[in-house]
Amino acid sequence: MSEPVALKLTAKDFKSDQEVRWCPGCGDYAILAAVQGFMPELNIPRENIVFVSGIGCSSRFPYYMNTYGMHSIHGRAPAIATGLSVSRPDLSVWVVTGDGDALSIGGNHLIHALRRNVNLKILLFNNRIYGLTKGQYSPTSEVGKITKSTPVGSADAPFNPLSLALGAEATFVARTIDSDRKHLQSVLRAAAQHEGSAFVEIYQNCNIFNDGAFDTLKEPATRDDFLIRLEHGQPITFGKDGQFCVVHPPGGFGLEVRETANTPAEEIVVHDAGVADPAYAFALSRLPGLDLSNTPIGVFRSVGRPSYDSVVQEQVAAAKASVDKTPEQQLAALLGSGDTWTIL
Amino acid sequence: MTKQIRQLDRVVIRFAGDSGDGMQLTGDRFTSETAQLGNDISTLPNFPAEIRAPAGTLPGVSSFQVHFADYDILTPGDAPNVLVAMNPAALKANLADLPRGADIIVNTDEFTRRNLAKVGYATSPLDDDSLDGYAVHPVALTSMTIGALAEHDVSKKDAERAKNMFALGLLSWMYSRPYESTLRFLERKFAARPELVAANVAAFRAGWNFGETTEDFSVRYEVKPAKMLPGTYRNITGNAALSLGLVAAGVRSGLPVFLGAYPITPASDILHELSKHKKFGVVTMQAEDEIAAVGAALGASYGGSLGVTTTSGPGVALKSETISLAVALELPLVIVDVQRAGPSTGMPTKTEQADLNMALYGRHGEAPVAVIAPKSPSDCFHAALEAARIALTYRTPVILLSDNYVANGSEPWLLPDVESLPELRVEFATKPNGEDGTTFLPYLRDPQTLARPWAVPGTAGLEHRIGGLEKADKTGDISYDPANHDFMVRTRAARIETIPVPAVEVEDPDGDARVLVLGWGSTYGPIGAACRGLRQRGHSVAQAHLRHLAPMPANLGEVLARYDKVVVPEMNLGQLAHVIRAKYLVDAIGYNQVRGLPFTAAELETMLEEVLKNV
Repeated sequence: MSEPVALKLTAKDFKSDQEVRWCPGCGDYAILAAVQGFMPELNIPRENIVFVSGIGCSSRFPYYMNTYGMHSIHGRAPAIATGLSVSRPDLSVWVVTGDGDALSIGGNHLIHALRRNVNLKILLFNNRIYGLTKGQYSPTSEVGKITKSTPVGSADAPFNPLSLALGAEATFVARTIDSDRKHLQSVLRAAAQHEGSAFVEIYQNCNIFNDGAFDTLKEPATRDDFLIRLEHGQPITFGKDGQFCVVHPPGGFGLEVRETANTPAEEIVVHDAGVADPAYAFALSRLPGLDLSNTPIGVFRSVGRPSYDSVVQEQVAAAKASVDKTPEQQLAALLGSGDTWTIL
Repeated sequence: MTKQIRQLDRVVIRFAGDSGDGMQLTGDRFTSETAQLGNDISTLPNFPAEIRAPAGTLPGVSSFQVHFADYDILTPGDAPNVLVAMNPAALKANLADLPRGADIIVNTDEFTRRNLAKVGYATSPLDDDSLDGYAVHPVALTSMTIGALAEHDVSKKDAERAKNMFALGLLSWMYSRPYESTLRFLERKFAARPELVAANVAAFRAGWNFGETTEDFSVRYEVKPAKMLPGTYRNITGNAALSLGLVAAGVRSGLPVFLGAYPITPASDILHELSKHKKFGVVTMQAEDEIAAVGAALGASYGGSLGVTTTSGPGVALKSETISLAVALELPLVIVDVQRAGPSTGMPTKTEQADLNMALYGRHGEAPVAVIAPKSPSDCFHAALEAARIALTYRTPVILLSDNYVANGSEPWLLPDVESLPELRVEFATKPNGEDGTTFLPYLRDPQTLARPWAVPGTAGLEHRIGGLEKADKTGDISYDPANHDFMVRTRAARIETIPVPAVEVEDPDGDARVLVLGWGSTYGPIGAACRGLRQRGHSVAQAHLRHLAPMPANLGEVLARYDKVVVPEMNLGQLAHVIRAKYLVDAIGYNQVRGLPFTAAELETMLEEVLKNV
């Protein structure tokens, strides 16, 4: 096969003619710019890229991308995108969704797309609030969250989106942050290269209804102590000068954070996104505390498994391989199959 | 012993037994033998929703009725001439449907004290006078089957299970059926277990020979072939015909068919059937729920497939929001609703026509779609093609309203010539359509069809975004402009209302009828049979049947106005009658039943005779 021709697209080629209408200061602007900046790297013609979204602030995203796009209905983007992707394996299909869209009204479609391993790149903008409906708590809001619909604090426990995705045995699971463009694009790159479902949680600031939700992960004073930057094949250490590390204590099920100085080097977990058992990535997803301390970002899990699309298309191709008639001839044979009788 | 042979013009047989007795299969085989002989046929299965209700109980009774004749018939028959009752429950559940004088063949082995008690018989009806007036044939079906298989290498349980083949053999003898297709069927069915082929064939032959030798059956019957149009036929159920119609739509449009479906009675057989036809490029997806099923179908349509979703009433309710999205996106989508008795879970294996209102109106906002309904099992094939034609040509969701009666009933189907099927090829948009030669306007309409261009992803230069938000005319940009919304709502209504559909035809052989019977969907057979009965007795009555419910045929108003009275029989509480009253200001007379069963021709005839008296 010859090398693909370089398309020489730029970020500008991916900007649509529509005026972007998120609130000034919204984290969505940074994500949009990062995605538009990353898209040329794919070297895929714009017409072969489709963005499908549901409902919510993040779901306006497709209008701003100069690709094919569908702004669908609340929660259903993974289902619609599944039908598109499985019937058109030639396309690069991206789903843009939010914490309410993907985890509340559309929770069922999300987990089933992930367990099937549909060839979708799912970007979940998690701002831990309902923005478009003006400030109700979301399925990722912390317990006790005071919002318009929970004036004395929410009573329900939140989802951990990565734990949920891993429970559905997603083959690619990652987390990144709206404000860290370089990291965001590195995660998009890995997601785009993955065959099957790629689930990316993007921490996104809603400066109107939940401002500063992720500040500890962003402020220079705190971020190094709070963020664990996962790198495949590297020991997991973080904090100033790597003063903390992650270990797997004998006898326990999960992972724990220790002081590096007091930990033998061989006990420090070396990150391996390719571990077949989702339990490892699940343990990573359980590290953060309520205050977002010990929050891993990067690729938690990336394992190979045939995509649903490819299995379905292989079945069709195998069935077609034995065909030596025109469709009309095949149809005539099908209609006349079974017990028939002829009246002269 | 020489048996007398008597000629009959028509017979209705009902096979009834426990749901584990294989009555559906027995009826199906008898039907196939009858088809081979060339009779006209109509069948009606009736089975419980429970897979295995407690054995021997009334809720566990499963039956299969077959009507065959030497002339063309329209229904599975009002009342059986022959009941095969495999146990006391089957006798008790079906006796009320039998006219006096009917033949009853009972399996006496099952008439034990325990089985009688299960259904509340204090004494055996075979021993008291409760069956006086019927021709009862007591047959020890189970023990004779076991006896006939004594030399066979099968377990007692397998031998006992072959009793339905004994019954089939006996009935096949009684009605002089050709049985070669059944022998072939048994060879196919038990291909992996030759001992079961031998045992079932032996049971069938034992039943046949029993008929020939026993003195209890002194008469053998013949029903001559019906005069039917020349051609090749097969017997087909509505669900099978509908599936083949969708495959045919794929072939005739050149598009891959994508079916998104969630299992639901009585529509699941369409999913099963279509999943076998991958070599036609048909992709089937068993989705996680009804909403995902229609969502995936819509996504596939967006990508250039013929997107289809199949379900029953509760599923349509769940799909409603996505159907509205399809209305806004103006993409092709076929939604098949195999109606069942509702509301809620209702009676899932029983028939009803009560989803018409939902099909016409059951969405948020002004969200018109096209609605069509097949009139018989084989008509489901053509209805599926017609649904696809409208969806593809006019880029709209189409709801196809089948029901349990046509879906599971069967009739002979004159196989169509493939080349005669409608041409469904569509043209995708390939280049910009704006006046400047570079702009693409996704909502610029075809002036004839009012359809917008179908620009599928992968087409360079036509990248565009669509969605559920209101769109500006032509450009498709998001628009909150009041005048634009008003225009778009009216345009979406007009594009359904102006779809050309065939004129409604009136059957009025006498030409002087003053009463019109108007039906839709599966009631065609019973209404037609009732009208024939009335005409044979000297009455004039006209029949018209609607296949297109949205839009309605352009001549319907004029047709309705010609008659003094319009009667609308429906298996609901008057949903079409309401539409007719509202739309045409006609004082339509409703005749409504919701018993989960199709109308009988006799009850319609009685009702119509009353109407005719008062014209």
